[in-house]
Amino acid sequence: MKKMMTGNEAVAYGAYLNGVRVGAAYPGTPSTEIMDNFSRYPGVYAEWAPNEKVALDVGIGAAYTGARALVSMKHVGINVAADSLFYSVYTGLKGGLVLVSSDDPGMHSSQNEQDNRNYAKFAKLPMLEPSDSEEAKQFMGIALEMSETFDTPVMLRTVTRISHSSTPVEISNEEPPAAPPEPPLYERDAVKFVMVPANARRRHPIVEERIKKLAEYAENTPINRIEPGDDTIGIIAAGSVYQYAREVFPEATFLKLGMVYPLPAKLLHQFASQVKTVVVIEELDPFFEDQIRLMGIETRGKDIFPIIGEFSPALIRERSVSAGLISTPAAGAEVAAAAATATELPIRPPILCPGCGHRGMFHVFRESGALVLGDIGCYTLGYAPPLSGMHTSGCMGASIGVAHGIDKAVVKDRTIAVIGDSTFFHSGIHPLIDALYNESTVTVVIADNSVTAMTGHQQHPGTGITLQKKNTRAINPEQVVRSLGFEKVDICDPYDLNGLAQTLEDHLESGKPSVIIARRPCVLYTKAKSAAPQIDPELCVNCGTCLELGCSPLMQKEDCVTIDPVLCNGCGLCVQVCPAGAIIKQ
Amino acid sequence: MKKVDILMAGVGGQGTILASNILAEVGLELGYDVKKSEVHGMAQRGGTVESHVRWGEKVYAPLVEQGHADYLIGFEMLETARWPGYLKEGTVVIINRYRIPPPAVNLGKAKYPSEQEIEALLKGAGGRVIWIEGTGIAGELGNPAMVGVVLLGALSNLLGGEEETWLKVIQRLVPEKFLELNKKAFLSGKALQVA
Repeated sequence: MKKMMTGNEAVAYGAYLNGVRVGAAYPGTPSTEIMDNFSRYPGVYAEWAPNEKVALDVGIGAAYTGARALVSMKHVGINVAADSLFYSVYTGLKGGLVLVSSDDPGMHSSQNEQDNRNYAKFAKLPMLEPSDSEEAKQFMGIALEMSETFDTPVMLRTVTRISHSSTPVEISNEEPPAAPPEPPLYERDAVKFVMVPANARRRHPIVEERIKKLAEYAENTPINRIEPGDDTIGIIAAGSVYQYAREVFPEATFLKLGMVYPLPAKLLHQFASQVKTVVVIEELDPFFEDQIRLMGIETRGKDIFPIIGEFSPALIRERSVSAGLISTPAAGAEVAAAAATATELPIRPPILCPGCGHRGMFHVFRESGALVLGDIGCYTLGYAPPLSGMHTSGCMGASIGVAHGIDKAVVKDRTIAVIGDSTFFHSGIHPLIDALYNESTVTVVIADNSVTAMTGHQQHPGTGITLQKKNTRAINPEQVVRSLGFEKVDICDPYDLNGLAQTLEDHLESGKPSVIIARRPCVLYTKAKSAAPQIDPELCVNCGTCLELGCSPLMQKEDCVTIDPVLCNGCGLCVQVCPAGAIIKQ
Repeated sequence: MKKVDILMAGVGGQGTILASNILAEVGLELGYDVKKSEVHGMAQRGGTVESHVRWGEKVYAPLVEQGHADYLIGFEMLETARWPGYLKEGTVVIINRYRIPPPAVNLGKAKYPSEQEIEALLKGAGGRVIWIEGTGIAGELGNPAMVGVVLLGALSNLLGGEEETWLKVIQRLVPEKFLELNKKAFLSGKALQVA
């Protein structure tokens, strides 16, 4: 039987079918649904770790015992987990460990489009890349076996178009392997697992030898295969790009790579000898191309296809026509261009939802005139006009350190660091320690909506509920910061604009490091809603002050502003900011 | 087996994802190879949602190629107007007569295009435009969020497949307590007998 599954669902299913017992992750688009789905299978343990590095250590620990483990994260999460990735390649493991990296070419919801195939080469471990959901399921099994055969973690790379596309998956009737009846005793082997220099020096040659053996394996694995066709053009591709290229070059000879590192040199030479022109089609970096050239194979690649952005069949067709590889013209481009010039359509950027607590907070920030150093989450949307309440945002946990650095470099501006509750637990605590230890004057605002909202409402250490829906101890950010030694700590409701503004002013002028927790649970999560206020058209002077809140139900008409009662959440911010008293709470 | 390329366009919260899931499963029931792709990372924040559904003997890419769409299903007028590049001569465009103004329009800084302008854009690219009061019909049945199922009902007249097949898939994907209403929504869309 076949079932439609997203790549993420198929990764989770493949892990379950192949006996993975422990899963750990931190949410991040497009990877989130992997652990969400895995956690619902019977007999497995799955958790949201506070961050990706912790998640990987959890997976490594489980695999050290001989259990199979799955760790998943978005591409930039691998940066956070990289230290653990590198040591685990040296120590090896006992059970299979698969680390999923969900890359985001085109940056649908990310701060960069780094190509994580580079991590495989950098950390010296094998990487597989599926091209649809059926392969995502199968490659999980292959990766786990490879991990155990070669005593190494294995990376499985997906991209947004694999993670969030649905394709048919064969459903198995087989039961996953049973758990051992009794807990095994941990087999202690300190020389292998304690990476002091003397031991690490013993392990490094093993790592180098292993990657050579894996290159041999790559020559014969069926997931790297030549698909015979017309010998004029031979295309080398992997993952989603293989599927796009197949649309554009239905007749060509293909080398489809399921294992993207290490590469099979003999197979590549054999392939090159079979075709007149070799063309590598790959998104982002010339990862295959550079290695293939070093093997002495002449190839085309980045001279035709871009190094930036997400590919599509249309893009591959257009570039291939320009390069003279094919003659079928790309359709639609002229029509699209003509339509674009005919009518300019207003864009629809993502914005803070009606009723979002962050809106009031950013309104207060803007009014304070302070410099606001931001972080990653829904609240990053507060940078955009009309709220315009944030001035930097680089990566998870960067806000407080950046604010501290600006403080030490001395600028006239007053500084606020703003960080979400899930981001606070992810990587906000260490920079807070720095701010105290090294005597910063920064005001830190924890934008606490009591859930990991941006990725679709995942639990985190502050919510009191685990991924597998067990009640647990809720870790309170206020207690954490007080226990670190912060003396000036206040909790505010960002719906109360005057209250938050007064507290913020007090903190900014205090001359010492301080924390404000701006707490208002996400209304999409709690489903909290009040009646929409009404606008008295007699009193409304159509000044547009309320529109500066950037709230979608507020609409400027000719004579006055109106509120769409269906969209409105009834938070009452517009009632507070209206200078004419024209908006009346119901 | 004929290739069928379908695009869906709407705004986060309108139910495009559920509708595209139903469409994909129906394709599978009808014996097609099926692929579906959507971008929904920031959809809940009121942004644009696009979904590609492809049926065929063998489907490679999950993305519909520019100039190749057989159907464009527009959940919201402005969002429908963004896709002329994907149309070809004779593409059927089913468009829900419903506006969700984007922020720039609310702030009075941009103009929402008129029905005539939108229709001209789509017709200019070869589209055969069919307007439907989908949100209105779903609203009368009790929930405007069922607009997607109304649109699917209309589309089913053109795509074929037994009514039972569609209803079976709806039953599988819609939560039990909303099932009867969604079945009604589908049949109301089908009763429009678009051709």
